[in-house]
Amino acid sequence: MSLFLVVALPFLGALLPGLMNQAGRAACAGITFVVSLAAFIGLLTNLPAVLAGETIKASIDWIPLLGLNFSLMLDGLGFFFAFLILGIGLLIIAYARHYLSRNDNMGAFFTYLLLFQGAMVGIVMSDNILLLLVFWELTSLSSFLLIGFWKHLPEGRQGARMALTVTGMGGLAMIGGMLILGEIAGSYNLSDILQSREAIQASPLYLPALLLILLGCFTKSAQFPFHFWLPHAMAAPTPVSAYLHSATMVKAGIFLMARLWPVLSGTPEWFAIVTTAGLITMVLGAVIALFKHDLKALLAFSTVSHLGLITMLLGTGTAFGAMAAVFHILNHATFKAALFMSAGIIDHEAHTRDIRRLGGLRHLMPITFIFATLAALSMAGIPFLNGFLSKEMMLEEANHTVLFGSPWLVPALAVFGSLFSAAYSFRYVGHVFLGPKRDDYPTTPHDPGPGLWLPPVILVVLVVAIGVAPFLAEPFVKMVTASLLGEAAEVPKAYFKIWHGLVPALYMSIAAVVGGLILLAVYRPALRLWDAAPRPEAKVIFEALIENVVKLAQGLILRSHNGAFSRYAALAMSFIILAGYYAWTTGTVGDATRTLQPVTAIAVAGWATLVAATIGLVFLHRNRLLALVFMGVIGLMVSVGFIFLSAPDLAMTQITVEVVTIVLLLLALNFLPKSSPIESSALRRSRDTVVAVAGGLAAMGLTYHFLMRDAVDQSISAFHLANSYKGGGGTNVVNVILVDFRGFDTYGEIIVLGIAALLIFALTEALLGGPVRARLLNREPDMPQAGDAHPGMMVVLTRVMMPVVLMVGFYVFLRGHNEPGGGFIAGLIVSIAVVMQYMASGFNWAAARLRYPYHGIIGAGVLIAGLTGIGSWFVGKPFLTSDFTYVRIPPFEKFELATAALFDLGVFLAVVGAVMLSLESYSRLARRSERPDTEHPIDIDPSRDDPENIMKAGG
Amino acid sequence: MTHWIIAPVVLPAFLAPFIVLAARYHMGIQRVFSVAGVLALIAIAAGLVWQASDGTVTLYQLSDWAAPFGIVLVADRLSTMMVLLTSILALMVLLYGIGSKWDERGRHFHALFQFQIMGIMGAFLTGDLFNLFVFFEILLIASYGLMIHSGGNVRLKAGVQYVSFNLIGSTLFLFALGSIYAETGTLNMADLAARAQMVGAEQTVGIRVAAVLLLLVFAIKAALVPLHVWLPSSYAEAPPVVAALFAIMTKVGAYAIIRVYTMIFPESLEATAGLHHTWLMPFALLSLALGMIGLLAAKKLDRLVAFSVVGSMGMVMVAISMFSEAGISAALYYIVHSTFAAAALFLIVDLVEQSRDDLQLTTQPPIAGAPLTAGLFFAAAIAMAGLPPLSGFVGKLLILNAGFSEGAMPWIWAIILGSSLISVVGFARAGSVVFWKSESLRPEVDEDDDDSQEVSEDDQQAPSALAYGAVMGLLALIALHTVLAGPMTRYMQATSAQLFAPDAYMEKVLDTPGKLSKPKDSSKEDH
Repeated sequence: MSLFLVVALPFLGALLPGLMNQAGRAACAGITFVVSLAAFIGLLTNLPAVLAGETIKASIDWIPLLGLNFSLMLDGLGFFFAFLILGIGLLIIAYARHYLSRNDNMGAFFTYLLLFQGAMVGIVMSDNILLLLVFWELTSLSSFLLIGFWKHLPEGRQGARMALTVTGMGGLAMIGGMLILGEIAGSYNLSDILQSREAIQASPLYLPALLLILLGCFTKSAQFPFHFWLPHAMAAPTPVSAYLHSATMVKAGIFLMARLWPVLSGTPEWFAIVTTAGLITMVLGAVIALFKHDLKALLAFSTVSHLGLITMLLGTGTAFGAMAAVFHILNHATFKAALFMSAGIIDHEAHTRDIRRLGGLRHLMPITFIFATLAALSMAGIPFLNGFLSKEMMLEEANHTVLFGSPWLVPALAVFGSLFSAAYSFRYVGHVFLGPKRDDYPTTPHDPGPGLWLPPVILVVLVVAIGVAPFLAEPFVKMVTASLLGEAAEVPKAYFKIWHGLVPALYMSIAAVVGGLILLAVYRPALRLWDAAPRPEAKVIFEALIENVVKLAQGLILRSHNGAFSRYAALAMSFIILAGYYAWTTGTVGDATRTLQPVTAIAVAGWATLVAATIGLVFLHRNRLLALVFMGVIGLMVSVGFIFLSAPDLAMTQITVEVVTIVLLLLALNFLPKSSPIESSALRRSRDTVVAVAGGLAAMGLTYHFLMRDAVDQSISAFHLANSYKGGGGTNVVNVILVDFRGFDTYGEIIVLGIAALLIFALTEALLGGPVRARLLNREPDMPQAGDAHPGMMVVLTRVMMPVVLMVGFYVFLRGHNEPGGGFIAGLIVSIAVVMQYMASGFNWAAARLRYPYHGIIGAGVLIAGLTGIGSWFVGKPFLTSDFTYVRIPPFEKFELATAALFDLGVFLAVVGAVMLSLESYSRLARRSERPDTEHPIDIDPSRDDPENIMKAGG
Repeated sequence: MTHWIIAPVVLPAFLAPFIVLAARYHMGIQRVFSVAGVLALIAIAAGLVWQASDGTVTLYQLSDWAAPFGIVLVADRLSTMMVLLTSILALMVLLYGIGSKWDERGRHFHALFQFQIMGIMGAFLTGDLFNLFVFFEILLIASYGLMIHSGGNVRLKAGVQYVSFNLIGSTLFLFALGSIYAETGTLNMADLAARAQMVGAEQTVGIRVAAVLLLLVFAIKAALVPLHVWLPSSYAEAPPVVAALFAIMTKVGAYAIIRVYTMIFPESLEATAGLHHTWLMPFALLSLALGMIGLLAAKKLDRLVAFSVVGSMGMVMVAISMFSEAGISAALYYIVHSTFAAAALFLIVDLVEQSRDDLQLTTQPPIAGAPLTAGLFFAAAIAMAGLPPLSGFVGKLLILNAGFSEGAMPWIWAIILGSSLISVVGFARAGSVVFWKSESLRPEVDEDDDDSQEVSEDDQQAPSALAYGAVMGLLALIALHTVLAGPMTRYMQATSAQLFAPDAYMEKVLDTPGKLSKPKDSSKEDH
């Protein structure tokens, strides 16, 4: 079967359990089993080729630019691991079917399990190390989901997060390591990398790459000092512990060390780091395991210990060590998975995993007793069981390993570790199954159905078979070893035998087993010693570390992002000023190319007024009405400045804008207190002062710099001046720029205006829907209101002025193309005419006479402007292309008709609509708050709503 | 003359006022037009991408005036790609907005939505800096309107901050434009690129200050630390559906930086040496780190996602600030990814919020539709944290790979990988509290009808299928972006190559004649 299919089957099949969940537990588990079985058979079809020494490859391009392709390969080593993953996977699925209770979501469980299986098969079959990374992280993620499967248990959640954090960290480090490795080798393909041993080991980047990759391997395979996550991952359901955290996932790091063994091993760095880490892990795990009372914790630390053993064997860098490692991987997978399943059975039946509450189970659970004992004895290293064989090979290898210049350090520690290993294995048998039958089990256990005991028994059969007849496993192990070693070393000639003669390893083995028995005999005093000894609790430290990191992060972030706008603004302005200053100081200033214009008295007076008004605004801004007056002065002086600088269009725009904004602001102020309180401290105000003054000076300096210099080339405005009449049909260049040269900008700006008005409307709407409405209704003005809200004089005056103002607006609109004016200004002027009516007679009166909805006017304006733009499409010209012609209708003079005027009409309408809609929005607020408006245009004081006092409005 | 280039701007610009004018009281009509408009946009954008995919630069001279005197729109690989990205995102967000009925919770949602799209599209397409300013204004004002959609005190307060801070940006933009115009006498980008070369070595301060101020304008939009302060509260308090649309807004800043600082102020330009090419990287790295630290620190789910946006923009900026072909190409790939990922996360925040009291990361009873929402969150978080198998991982690899030859390589790698870890921890903590720990509060029910109870609970409150569909659509797009990473990266590389060889772009813009552009033609054109 194609390698792609083998990897893809579990992923594709992962959808099925979730789907079949409704159909019942048997169907759900059954479909999972079938999917797994299909992949397993698919793998087996490749066995002949693998046995023949071939490396099967398959590749599809994914991201060639990155060198990340979907390349798979299958050689002996990959086959070995894939066989373990899929084979044990089948047993686990069968076991889990009976293990999970009715309350567990089996569909989700098997979905996660299949995802994991696919990812794991992907790791061992990847030919591309980046692809391997993808699968690598996927196993971390699926393991996260599986550990946290029992969501309601805090141990599960914490264990899941811890596992994800530690293995995630390793995975990220490995990304770095793999990228460096690929960079050195010039390819991310394993087949290429495995060929470049010399290049890699000679590279200065070898050490960083090695460290990063080992960080990944050590975290994944729970090597010291990253071993602590694995025991906490045992909060997962037992099938998960047996599968992921004993047989397969934790071997991923080992696999990778084996996979990269030909290129990475053999250097002093490799030897020192890997052997030391493995040795420490082995001893530490074994010692802790002995003193754990939870069956799964005992097995977890035992797994840690055995992973350390394998790591150490890979670290020695010899071919024999590698072979021993392969053999032990096989043996460990068989006996440890069986043991985990036995622990699960005990938990399932006795409802406890605490060794102190167990004992004497051999009478109640004979089947479990037999297979668990065989597996445990294999773990202890008793002859005729497979654990003995690989353990002896380990001791043999340890004998030849010189670490830190000491020939006895490794053998001594190896024996020490094996001694504890034997002790906890014996304890597993002795304290759980042997001894007298008790009468205080949480529930009286008995052997489960074959669904639970058959899978581990199959494994134990293998344990015994290999143990009795090691030659059965020999060709297979040697084949795997050969593919592990690649071209780096020859497969050792050593034969797999139970009896090697009276070699040192045998004595060491005997010492370990005897020592283990003695240790178990003195278990109680030893336990007291252990309990008395202080030791770090990994979970507490880890949780505290994470909590402190989070606290630190919160200290860094929360206080600096607390929503204080003045601080944000001060920060931003300071940064902007500093950045600009830096750019300025690192450049060259150059000479001025222009001279100052003569300073006239008028200019100085205007300038002084502007400055004085600005300063006044800063100091008196707390009185809001006064602030508005100062703003008016500033606006006026800017307009005067425009006139002084011969920009009548700008001046007209500025003045009309000023009028409208001041009126609108006045209306807004109506709802606000008349003065703003001092809310910031003196310190903060001085900070703001410094920033503001610096910003002002910087702006001034920059402006002065540019005013005194010419542009590097003639500015584009020269073209505008030259072509305004010829191409745009208008002599007012400003207007032609607005409606023609840069009509698109204007189109955008009227949209901005329209949106602003819609927004004010929407905002008012939102406000009135909320609690603000009640506040408005109950509002007490903080100043006495004028008695004559709508004085007669003003009403009369505004009515009289209205047609005049409208006429002016019309005139300004029409002349715009050639003289100062245009749609924008005209729109503002017309708005002012209407605004005056609102001011004079109140919101209600004016709103009641509103004939056209302002939304519509805005919409129409924008649409007319847009349609004018589209109109030019019909003559094959781009958007907004203008055209004009001169017509003569007697008895009038010849006059110009320009499409730009139509566009300007759109601008006009949008402006009118926007201003009026804003006004309308305020008036809606006002209607909620003011004393009930009368329906009369002129009114003195509604509280004295006396018919005699009200003048009749004319017309 | 083909008018397709301007369609992404004009179409929403017509739809929005039309909706205001004719359909402002009819939600059904608004929805139909809004969705139809966005669908049409996708089709148009796809056509534009296809047109630009062979490297063609298409020019559109507004009002028929030639650059640099009039405004031009330019469609090249980069701008069309961003237009397509925007329109696809808009569709998903719009569908969610309809499905979750967010569009009914205030006035003018669809009109503002269309205007917002118009602003974004214009910003991507324009070839004129001042016109870019105009579009920035449109998208700012429209986004403010969307941000405070449906009101509420906290939201209004955050909205004021948002608009105030961005007005600082707008003011700065005007200063930058003034400086640039004073220094060079032009506003057209291609023309600027030509004229920036003319600045003599003896007076570089003007162009240097202008370049830096302009960069800061874009940096505010792109939420580059320390100018990011506006983003976390704005995005967190905005309606999630709007925050999801805003996923593209930060990219407008990133786009502008890519466009302006590869073409106008390239590394080869002596006058601006030692500015952005030196200083952007440290701040980008700072953004990445700070964003992810903020993600870990966040006490609310929405702020967590908002900080992840800051972090992912940091990632984008790291790639951009390499100013290399590989770096920009990686940045473009990551931009597409992070747009979808951020949008998906915000929409999931909304799914969570619909049946929780608040978004505080505290233990509360399980939300309606918890398993599905949890699954979506898991997938989106994987994408955002850059874990395999989704495109975030591919993007991260691309950026790490591009950073290999940089001088700051150890920093780049350390911060990218370190911040990934922090984000993994942050997402795991948040997800664990919201989706797992809540299970411990699930009311105990009889074992037998546990399932049925759950189902009926879900039926009561679970968000609509359309809402879920939109989120799944976004995740599907992320998956597609991953599966098609091969062709995508090839396209990004071609796009990046086009940016680093801007001659074709500049020739197209500056050498295409328009109205009256040649004196000898003027008599013919004149009426």
